[in-house]
Amino acid sequence: MTGDLPSAPPRRIPAGRLAVYAIVGSIGLALMFAPFLFPDLRAQEVAARICVFIVLVASYDLLIGYTGIVSFAHTMFFGLGAYGTATALKAMGPGFDAILIGGGAGVVAALVLAALIGLLSLRVKAIFFAMVTLAAASVMLVLASQLSDLTGGEDGMTYEVPRLFSAATKLLTDADGKTLRLFGAAMNGKIAAYYFVFFSSLVLFVLMLRIVGSPLGTVLMAIRENEMRAEAIGYRVVAYRTAIFCIAAVIAALAGVLRAVWLKYVGPDVALSFAIMIDLLLMVVIGGMGTMVGAVIGVVVMSLAQFYLKDLMEVGAAATADLPLLPDLLNPDRWLLWLGLLFILLVYFFPAGIAGTLMGKGTRK
Amino acid sequence: MSTPSLRTERLTIRFGGHVAVHGVTCAFRPGELTAIVGPNGAGKTTWFNLVSGQLTPTEGRIFLGERDITGLSPSARALAGVGRAFQLTNLFPRLTVLENVRLAVQARRRAGGRLLSRAAADRDTIAEAMRYVERTRLAAVAGLPAAALPHGDQRKLEVALLLAMEPQVFMFDEPTAGMSVDEAPAILELIAEIREDRSKTILLVEHKMDVVRALADRIVVLHNGELVADGRPGAVMALPIVREIYLGVGAEKAA
Ligand SMILES: Nc1ncnc2c1ncn2[C@@H]1O[C@H](COP(=O)(O)OP(=O)(O)O)[C@@H](O)[C@H]1O
Ligand SMILES: [Mg+2]
Repeated sequence: MTGDLPSAPPRRIPAGRLAVYAIVGSIGLALMFAPFLFPDLRAQEVAARICVFIVLVASYDLLIGYTGIVSFAHTMFFGLGAYGTATALKAMGPGFDAILIGGGAGVVAALVLAALIGLLSLRVKAIFFAMVTLAAASVMLVLASQLSDLTGGEDGMTYEVPRLFSAATKLLTDADGKTLRLFGAAMNGKIAAYYFVFFSSLVLFVLMLRIVGSPLGTVLMAIRENEMRAEAIGYRVVAYRTAIFCIAAVIAALAGVLRAVWLKYVGPDVALSFAIMIDLLLMVVIGGMGTMVGAVIGVVVMSLAQFYLKDLMEVGAAATADLPLLPDLLNPDRWLLWLGLLFILLVYFFPAGIAGTLMGKGTRK
Repeated sequence: MSTPSLRTERLTIRFGGHVAVHGVTCAFRPGELTAIVGPNGAGKTTWFNLVSGQLTPTEGRIFLGERDITGLSPSARALAGVGRAFQLTNLFPRLTVLENVRLAVQARRRAGGRLLSRAAADRDTIAEAMRYVERTRLAAVAGLPAAALPHGDQRKLEVALLLAMEPQVFMFDEPTAGMSVDEAPAILELIAEIREDRSKTILLVEHKMDVVRALADRIVVLHNGELVADGRPGAVMALPIVREIYLGVGAEKAA
């Protein structure tokens, strides 16, 4: 069948693309075996956050990178999933039924809200749409802090998760009846929770890869490239925009469910704030807009910098203690300065994001 | 005499005080190639925009067959059979030539909503898109982004998108503008091929009079937004008003 297609000249996979796939493959493996490779508690927190944020950032990229929709409501949908799960776990007690009901309610709320916002305002100018999402997200933030009986207000709320995911649960025991350790990783409920987060994230990420590679994915890019022509060849642009806005909202809400199950805590600062929205934007830009693999790279780079830059600077300051000026510059209190510098350098050297720029290399001869 | 496939009735659009298209009533039959001529700014592109739905008329109606399509969105008109190529190249720049054409095939097959099948695995759609790529002599650049093509190839791709829509009404807006002398005949041949079929309605905005003479069954002349002449090429070309507009005889008076 392919034989009689005098198709485009055979294409080699360019080196940049190979490099990106190698990086993303390594990240995937590292996350897959994270509990064994990095058994300390902090590293587990980082790994779980990376998994959830890959889903969140990739779903945001479906909007901003693939379709060209600028929305500031993405953490709102994330928050709906997280708060839904948290309130149900708190009210119904720790059980999978609570996750299912609360998470389900959060996802449905996200879907309904996305459909409303989409149908009411995706036909107007992009800037107006962005403003509507900003307004919706602000209202949600105010609601979360006002309805403190339900949401715990600014302090958020803590709750129990199903026993399977509790650190006290022994999944495997050794001869003495203690929690078994494999390669330094304790076989307790925390590892079950991690793999729940990891595999759920993986499924959602693969789903998004399917979407961007589907006929719909090409239509989304066509809308980004030339909305007027997409409409002129027969695509109802408003319908497609609304559909992908809803899909992205549902996926963000599901990421929120995972976040809530992992953290056993939900509050504005971890699930709803505009600080998260800015993180998402930075991660998308650093990774490369309009590339699913870019989301993976952006999240990993940002998260590692956010969690470990301070440590690194501490080491640096100690090592240079005898030198003039340097220890002062490397003082961990100045970590935000260095983070900013890192961003500027990344954007300068990778104008299309790390994945976008690397993949562009070698395609042009 | 078959019923008209496309008809506009007193079609008018005003931009502020300026009337760009003024009360144009006109009908087109299947199998007929009509050249639409008139000086720059006559309202030809604007009339096209009204028919394909990019602009909404101030007054007047548009019919496709018996159906009033005046209130339809551009996408609904495209799916109903009104196809349009643009005067200014209007592509998906960062998508490949094949992807550009596949989008048009996919839209016609109502397959754009499929979100879990792999686009690359739909050999049928790709093979069909590839046929249009070949017909427009773009096979060698099928894998390149549209933005990377030279101007002439972009014009061909513009036509390939229209062909891939398989419309009932083909609207070409200066398809060979800016093309080199050796590239233009390929496009004109394609248009002639569609005409051979004698089942489609073809509207062609074209400035070159030799092209018009060679292809047109009929000529419609627009001037200052109004339809000023309509008929067989020989007869229309002989009209004093057309000679005035076209040969610049008394051009000042006409404007
Ligand atoms: N969107 C618009 N707003 C204001 N004026 C317009 C617009 N579109 C076209 N016009 C005016 O309408 C007239 C007809 O333009 P056009 O249809 O492009 O002419 P043609 O294609 O025959 O050269 C011109 O005077 C042009 O300036
Ligand atoms: Mg024009």
